Amino acid sequence: MSDIEAIILALVYLILAPVAGCVLAGVDRKLSARMQGRRGPPIRQPYYDVRKFMEKEQITSNGVQDFYVACYLLFVIVTGCMFFAGMDLLLVLFTLTLGETFLILAAYCSGSPFSQVGAQRELYVAMAYEPILLLAAIAFYLQTGSFAIGDIASSDGMAVIPLIGVFVAFLYALTMKLRKSPFDLSMSHHAHQDLVRGMTTEFSGRTLAMLEVSHWYENIMLLALVALFFMDGTWVGFAVGLVVAVLAYLLEVYIDNGFARMKWQTALKSGWVVALVLGVGNVIVLLLM
Amino acid sequence: MNDILFMMAFPFIAACLLLVTRGDRARAVIAEVSAAIIIASSVWVAWNYLGEPQAFEFHSETVGLMMFAAEVILGLAVVGLGVRHRKYPAVALGIVQLCMSVYFEFVLKEGIETEHALYIDDLSILMVLIIGVIGSLICVYAVGYMRDFQEYHGGEPDRRPWFFFLLYTFLSAMFGIVLSNDLVWMFFFWEVTTLCSFALIGYTRTDEAVNNSFRQLTFNLVGGICFLAALMVMASEYGRLDMVSLLAGDSGERWLLLIVGLLAVAGMIKAAQMPVHTWLLGAMVAPTPTSALLHSSTMVKAGVFLLLKLSPLMLTDGDPNAIGYMVMSVGGITFLLASMAAISQTNAKRVLAYSTIANLGLIVVCAGIGTPEAVWAGIMLTLFHAVTKSLLFLCVGTAEHHIGSRDIEDMDGLFTRMPKLAIIMIVGIAAMFLAPFGMLISKWAALTSFVDSGYVLTIACLVFGSAVTSFYWTKWMGKLAAVVVRGEECEGTVRPQEWSVFAVLCVLVLLCVIGYPLISEHIAVPWIEGAFGVFHESLVPLLDVENMYLVLIMLVALILIPLPFFGRTKRRVVPNYLSGVGIDNNTYTGSMGATVDVTLRNWYMEDWFGERRIGRIGEAVTLVVIAVAIIAVAGGFA
Repeated sequence: MSDIEAIILALVYLILAPVAGCVLAGVDRKLSARMQGRRGPPIRQPYYDVRKFMEKEQITSNGVQDFYVACYLLFVIVTGCMFFAGMDLLLVLFTLTLGETFLILAAYCSGSPFSQVGAQRELYVAMAYEPILLLAAIAFYLQTGSFAIGDIASSDGMAVIPLIGVFVAFLYALTMKLRKSPFDLSMSHHAHQDLVRGMTTEFSGRTLAMLEVSHWYENIMLLALVALFFMDGTWVGFAVGLVVAVLAYLLEVYIDNGFARMKWQTALKSGWVVALVLGVGNVIVLLLM
Repeated sequence: MNDILFMMAFPFIAACLLLVTRGDRARAVIAEVSAAIIIASSVWVAWNYLGEPQAFEFHSETVGLMMFAAEVILGLAVVGLGVRHRKYPAVALGIVQLCMSVYFEFVLKEGIETEHALYIDDLSILMVLIIGVIGSLICVYAVGYMRDFQEYHGGEPDRRPWFFFLLYTFLSAMFGIVLSNDLVWMFFFWEVTTLCSFALIGYTRTDEAVNNSFRQLTFNLVGGICFLAALMVMASEYGRLDMVSLLAGDSGERWLLLIVGLLAVAGMIKAAQMPVHTWLLGAMVAPTPTSALLHSSTMVKAGVFLLLKLSPLMLTDGDPNAIGYMVMSVGGITFLLASMAAISQTNAKRVLAYSTIANLGLIVVCAGIGTPEAVWAGIMLTLFHAVTKSLLFLCVGTAEHHIGSRDIEDMDGLFTRMPKLAIIMIVGIAAMFLAPFGMLISKWAALTSFVDSGYVLTIACLVFGSAVTSFYWTKWMGKLAAVVVRGEECEGTVRPQEWSVFAVLCVLVLLCVIGYPLISEHIAVPWIEGAFGVFHESLVPLLDVENMYLVLIMLVALILIPLPFFGRTKRRVVPNYLSGVGIDNNTYTGSMGATVDVTLRNWYMEDWFGERRIGRIGEAVTLVVIAVAIIAVAGGFA
C-alpha cells in the first residue's frame, strides 16, 4: 500500500466512519426495538440525540472530565486512522488502550460512586478481552509474517481459515468491546440494565455527545478488524469481509437482546477460557504448522 | 583507564566521608556535591568510551588479596550477625560460602591470572549511566527524605551516616559489577551489593526489618554460592576466570552450560525472580530511597545485567538450550504471576515491588530467548524501567510523608491534596504501561521477539500478563485522578531536593522516549552487533521510521494538548448525583433522613489473585523448572 493510498483511506475513515457508525447505531436501536416488540425510533435517532446533547446546558462535575473524554475521542479517531492507513496492528491496539484509559479516568475523576463502579467494571471487562485481541494480532503475524495491517489485508488467502479459533474468540471479545449484554457491565444502552448510568453517570451535554461519536468511530474500526480476517487483497475478500462484519454486528445485536447481564466473574472467567482454548490453541497450531 | 578507576572509587570515598559526618547541613553538601561528581564522571566515561569497547590491563596481587580479606571479614560478620539474631539458615550458608571461597582462593585459583581485570563496552556504559545518574539522583532525594524520616522516628538513634555510607558504597559496588572482566572481582562486588542491601533493609532494626533483611541475605547467599560454584567449575575445567573468555566459549559443551546455568541462577536470584521473589517484597520495610535504589538502578539490575551479558550463551546452534528454556520459563511465569499478585495489593510500595518483579521477569525472558532482537528489547526495558520506577518510588515516598499512608486507598483524591505530585505520579504510572512511553515500546519489541522464538509458554504469559498489568495500573491511576475533597492541600512542605529530583526524573522519562532511536542506535545496537556478530540491518524492525515518528507525535501530543485545556472549564460545575439529596460530593441525605458518607474502594480480587496463593504456585513451579534444568545439565542429559 502506497503512502497516498494510506492517507486517502485514513481520510475516508475520518469522514465516513461517524456516518456509518451513526447508521449502525440507528439500525441497532430499530432492530432491538423490533425484537422487543416495539416500533422503535427512526434510523437517524442517534444523530438527533447527539445534536440535542450539543444544545443542552453546559454543566460538569469538575474541570478535568471533559478533557479526558476529549482525549478519548481523539485517540479513538487516531487509532482508527492508523488502522485504515494499514499501520502496525499492535501499535493500533496499544493506542486504543491509551484512549480507553482516558475514558476510564474520565469516569473515575468525577468521584461519583456510580461512575467509579462503572470504571472498575470497564477495567474488568478490558482484562477479560485484552488477551484475545493480542492473541489475534499474534496469530495474524504468524500467518502472514507481518504486523502491518496493510500487509495482512493484502496477503494471499483468507486468514480466517487457519485462524478460525482466533476468529471465534474475537467475536466473543467483540461482545465485550461493544459493551453488549451479557457483558455490558460498565454502561448499557438499555434502560433496564443499570440502576444509574454506569461510567457515564456524570457525563452530560457535549461530553456525552463526544462519547457517542467516539463509539461510532470505534465500532467501525472494530468491525473493520472483523473484516480483516477475510481480506486477501481481492475484491471478493473485501466484499466477504464487509458482509461478515455487518452480520457480526447483527449477531451482536441479537446477543444483546437475548441475554441478561452476567456477573463480572463470568466475563473474566469465560474471556480467559476462550482466550486460552481458542486463542492460545490456535497459536500453538500455527506454531506447529 | 584512570577515569574509570576514579569513577569506581569515588562513591566509596564519598561514602567514607559521609560515615564520619554528623551535621545535617554538612551531609547535604557532601551528598549533593558527590552526587554531582558521580553523575559528571559517569557521563564523562560514557562519552569517552562510547563505541570503543576495550579491556584494560590491570592486575594486582594486592588488590586481589585485599578483596579476599574483605570477603572473609564480611563473611565472618554475616555469620556473627546470623548467630546473634538466631538466623541459622543464613549462618549455615555463610559458613558454606566462606569454606568455598577459602578453598577456591588457595586451591583452584592457584596459577590462574587475569591480565585484563577491567573492561568497558556499550552495555556497561548504559549500566554506568543508569547507576551513575539515577542512583545519584536517588541519593540526593534521600538527603531531604531522611531528614523527614528522622523527624518521624525522633526517639531512635540517628543512624543516617551509616545509611548514606551504604548508599554510596552500593554505587561503587555496582560500578564494579558492570566493569569487571575478572569474574573474581565481579563476584566480590556482587557480594558487596548483597551485604549493602542486607544492611539497608535492616536499617530500622525493627523485628520485621531484621527478618526481611535476613530473608534477603539467605536467598542471595544461595545466589552467591551458585556464582562461586560456577567460578570453581570454570577454574578447574577451563583454567580461566574472565568474562571475555567465558563469552567466547561454546555453549554446546556440558561444563560451560553448567557454568552458564549456575550464573543464570545467581542472576535470577538477584533479579528477584520466583521462587525467591519474596526478598524484594520484604525490602520495602526500609526507607523509600532504599527501595527506589534496589528496584531501579542497582541490585536487581545487576542480576539482569549478568543475564543479558550471558544471553548469547543461552542459544546453541541458533536454538535455545536447556538453560535458555529454564530462564525463559522462570521469567515468563514470574511476569504473569507477579502481575496477578499486584492486583490484590493495596499497599502502593508492594504494587510497585510486584511490578518490578514482573518487569524483571520480562527482561529475564528476553535474555533467555537470546536472539539479538530479544536482547535489544531487554536492554531497553532495563533502561526505561530504571528511570520510571525510581520516579514512582520517590513519588510514593513523598506522598507517604505528607498524607501519612502508603495505602492506595488513602491516595483517593490525591489530585486535590497534592496536585503536582499526583500529576507526576500519573505520568509515572502511564510511563509504565501505556503507549507511547518507553516501557510499552520495549514490551512491544519483546512481544515480537517472543513470537519469533515460538515458545508458546512465554507468549501466553506475556499476553495474559499484559492484560493484568493494565488492570492494576489503571485502577491506581483512577484513584489518583479522582477529584474528591478529602483533607487540606498539603503540598507546601515537600522539600526542594525532592522537587528537583522529580523534575529531573520526569524530564528523563520524556527524554528517554524522544532519545529512544539515538540510545538504540548508539548504545544497544552496537553492543548487540559485537556480542552476537550480526549486522545492523537485520536488527530491530520496530525502529521502522514510520512507527517511530508516530510514537513521537503521540508523545508530543500528550505533552502539548493538556497545556491549554487541562483543568480549565467554562461550564458550570455542579455536584455529583448521589441517589439522595446531595450535601456535597462526599455526603448525601439518604432515606429516613440519615446522612450517608460516600466511601469507595477499589477491587482487589483477593480470592482470585491473593498473593499467598499465587506465590505458592509460582514458587513450586519455578523451583521445579530450575532444579530439573540444572540437574539435567550437570548430569549431561541436556
